[in-house]
Amino acid sequence: MYELSELTKKYETKRGPISALNKVSLSIPTGQMVAIQGPTGGGKSTLLQMLGALERPTSGTVTLGGEELSAMPDSRLAEIRARTIGFVFQGFNLIPTLTAQENVETALAPLGLSNSDRRLRARAALEKVGLGERLTHHPAELSGGQQQRVAIARALVKEPKVLLADEPTGNLDEQTRDEIMELLEGLWRDEGLTLIIVTHDSAVAKRAERRLHLKHGSVTEKK
Amino acid sequence: MFGTYLYRELSNRRKQTAIIAAGMALAIALVMIVNGVAAGVRDAQATVLASVYGVGTDITISQEPVQPAEGEEGAQQERPRFEFGAEDGETTDGTTALSQSRLTSGIASTTFDADALTTALSLDSVAAATATLALTNVSFSGEVAAPTTTDTGETAPGEGAQQGGRGGPDGAGGSAFNVDTFTVTGIDVAGESVGPLTSVELVDGRAFESSDSDTNVVILDTSYATTSSLTVGDSLEIGGEEFEVIGTVTSTSADATTASNTYIPLDTAQRVADLENQISTVYVQAASSTDIAAVQTALQTELPDAWVKTQEDLASSVSGSLSTASDLVGKLGTWLSIIVLAAAFLISVLLTTSGVARRTREFGTLKAIGWSNGAVVRQVAGESLVQGAIGGVVGVAIGLLGILAINIAAPVLSASAAATAVAGQGAGGGGNRFGDAATTAAATTDIALQIPVTFSIIGIAVALAILGGLIAGAFGGWRAARLRPAEALRSVA
Repeated sequence: MYELSELTKKYETKRGPISALNKVSLSIPTGQMVAIQGPTGGGKSTLLQMLGALERPTSGTVTLGGEELSAMPDSRLAEIRARTIGFVFQGFNLIPTLTAQENVETALAPLGLSNSDRRLRARAALEKVGLGERLTHHPAELSGGQQQRVAIARALVKEPKVLLADEPTGNLDEQTRDEIMELLEGLWRDEGLTLIIVTHDSAVAKRAERRLHLKHGSVTEKK
Repeated sequence: MFGTYLYRELSNRRKQTAIIAAGMALAIALVMIVNGVAAGVRDAQATVLASVYGVGTDITISQEPVQPAEGEEGAQQERPRFEFGAEDGETTDGTTALSQSRLTSGIASTTFDADALTTALSLDSVAAATATLALTNVSFSGEVAAPTTTDTGETAPGEGAQQGGRGGPDGAGGSAFNVDTFTVTGIDVAGESVGPLTSVELVDGRAFESSDSDTNVVILDTSYATTSSLTVGDSLEIGGEEFEVIGTVTSTSADATTASNTYIPLDTAQRVADLENQISTVYVQAASSTDIAAVQTALQTELPDAWVKTQEDLASSVSGSLSTASDLVGKLGTWLSIIVLAAAFLISVLLTTSGVARRTREFGTLKAIGWSNGAVVRQVAGESLVQGAIGGVVGVAIGLLGILAINIAAPVLSASAAATAVAGQGAGGGGNRFGDAATTAAATTDIALQIPVTFSIIGIAVALAILGGLIAGAFGGWRAARLRPAEALRSVA
């Protein structure tokens, strides 16, 4: 699925260049569940941005399904994000003025579906994450766990091949964390997704098939 | 999705929407009212000018006064001079009654060759043209003491009646004089499609006919006829000749009076005033409004010594509070509109761009889930456009209410154009040496300001609202387009 070769990312700051990723080479096969751990500032989020076609590397390559992301124009990257990659964020990142259903529909907007198709699929996705009764609720009317379920529904409604989750349980209590992880694991298993989770939580990481440790921009496998 | 998202954003961010829309609405309303008042003032000026120059006149040609060369009497020659011989007048009881009437173009008027009319008519883009001769009739009448013969054979005034008293109207050898003036305009009796008579209507009697050419017939302004106790069938002395009153006319505009006190056939006027083949003004109607500038240029080329003025040029001859209003609208109103409009646009741009900054995470997330730059820009621009449109609709409503209020209040503006114009048919100012009371009275008119509500005014308002929305949307969209999706993730990581 993913092939990372000599991937390097440097940021220019006032204090000079900072290396977030340092010649990372990595292969993630299709359908694998990977957890990425490491200290804050170790490069976890930068790696996730590279995998999600949100950031271009300073050097090296990222290949997704045989296509090199670093060489693509912005419009093609947006298309890949719209069809192939789903995102789940720690802060949920829902649009506060839209209802749960409308938030899910935003992920379908770039696909050019009809209004009725869009609504139908958004409703089905919300039912799948157990929020069939909360379609018209705004984010402020939902609990943290429910908001994350809406975010997961938004990520999965377009039926992506990859789901990237950045601290998906970081803002949740233990019980809700377990519920969300069970939901993600179930979807990963049922949908055949490649699931990559960035987390500080070892309990979450232990659920993954494969654990990577990222420190000072370098990756090591964790047994 | 676009519509739903847009509706949710605007309805949930009501405060921002209201501020942008209110600013835009005030600016639009102000622009509408200023434009409306400008149009109303223009209409009022056109009304005033039409009463002087007639309906449909696009261009007038007159002659610039020429300063007399040193040693010449120049304009002095045009001043009416009354000379009485020893045998003139009728003497009764030691008092001699004298009376003379002179028809003159006046001291500030300049006449020119009637060939200018032929020149104007020869141009392709001229639909119609006619010439007039603006004159002033001055009548002098009075009584003086009859002269007497002394022992030395000399004649001494005021001692005519040896039998008691010293003669004269006061019986003590004094004198009394009356001076009466009125304006006379020579009109081409065959051409009525353009010229002063196009803005009058017949009240009594009949209009000129072709057969009236070179005859002593006169049509009177109704106001002048009333104050002079003249009716159709009466006779009036003009330039020492008797004229038959064949009709009376009144102005079709809001003016109380027409451009002249009396109208006589052009050739008659030229003969009586001893101004053969002379005219003072040519009235020209262009074939279309787009031809006016070209016709003006062509006429100016053909007649280099002439004053060739369009209605726009002539508007400057309108004075009084109408002129003040015109200046006010033209300067203060326009600048005020520009400033308020710029402020509204600026507020709209600032609020939109700050809104984009506040929604960094939102737009970053949308880009992360696959929205293209174009889709995000469209969303931001769409929101701004609708905010501008809401402001435009409210602004049009406020503007219409403002215009309605002004039209109900109908502020009265005074305008003076005829005095300038009548003299202006020959030259600016003046009239005659005796002061032109009759002309001045005829010149001042009160016009109630009425603002026309036209599609163009509403169209301008709506266009400005959309422009404001587009400008704000362009800035907001530009900022949103520059936003990198990774920044959104970083901001929540």
